[in-house]
Amino acid sequence: MNDKVGIVIVSHSPDVARGTADMVRQMVGTDVPLAWTGGDPGGGLGTSVERIMAAIGDAWSDRGVAILVDLGGAESNSEMAIELLPEERRDRVVVCNAPIVEGAVMAATEAWGGASLEEVRRTAEELSPA
Amino acid sequence: MSDTLETLIKAVTSRIVAAADELTTLDQAIGDGDHGVNMKRGMEAVAAELPKIAAQAPGEALKAAGMQLVMKVGGASGPLYGTLFITLGKELPGPVDRAVAARAFARAIEAVRARGKSDRGQKTMLDVLMPVSDALSAGAPLAELRRIAAEAAAATVPMKAIRGRASFLGDRSIGHMDPGARSSLIMIEAVLDVLEAKA
Repeated sequence: MNDKVGIVIVSHSPDVARGTADMVRQMVGTDVPLAWTGGDPGGGLGTSVERIMAAIGDAWSDRGVAILVDLGGAESNSEMAIELLPEERRDRVVVCNAPIVEGAVMAATEAWGGASLEEVRRTAEELSPA
Repeated sequence: MSDTLETLIKAVTSRIVAAADELTTLDQAIGDGDHGVNMKRGMEAVAAELPKIAAQAPGEALKAAGMQLVMKVGGASGPLYGTLFITLGKELPGPVDRAVAARAFARAIEAVRARGKSDRGQKTMLDVLMPVSDALSAGAPLAELRRIAAEAAAATVPMKAIRGRASFLGDRSIGHMDPGARSSLIMIEAVLDVLEAKA
């Protein structure tokens, strides 16, 4: 079992998602469970509920998973993915209202220090304009 | 599943697929230009699964159709229309009369509203769905529902978008019909055509 909150990056663009994950890896290292997904089910720009669910599984930690998203569709598809998770996991996944790149780096840094899911979310969301 | 529900699903899927280019053109004006492509992919997935979907009870069939949209659309409209159909399925497990349908439709729209964190007047699909739902609950005849849906979609043209990608455009979102309002109108017209042909 991982003792650090996991991070999932969801962008409409696979390149943005992968690039953001690269930044997190370079700045925070490999101790934090991390997964990314981007692109719609047809291979275009967009997001896929199925792949978001898989990414949550890949970054799973019993301490929870924080999701960073770019635009509206990524947010609503992530919320849908959370609802479709097994019941015991649903309460331990949150979508952060934060900019995707800065939020992912800050959330991962906080997670690396052993913070709780709520602390990770709060730190990422401090970056959002009020 | 009843023959009527199967006919309804077929009508809705084929009309949306046929309107894909029109929806994309609308979305290029004020959105990210993918509404038609996304809805077409989702509806084609529903159509491909129709034999399997049609083998189920009505409530389960609607839920299965909604899940196809959730999984295959890939844009914000996937969870929104998916939620609409899934909630309809939950609310319509058995025999349907007008009162049951009206209540189920109202609850499904409530779920869409919660999913999109949106409301009437923000230039979205809700601006078509909510007035139609109100009229359905009030007992309006089918022809009147048709008129209300068309007027409601047209009424999104002068609105300023508050939600979604179009909201980034601010005042520049004014002057175009909302693509989600248009796709909702197309679905409602498809349903009304089937119901009127039966009546």
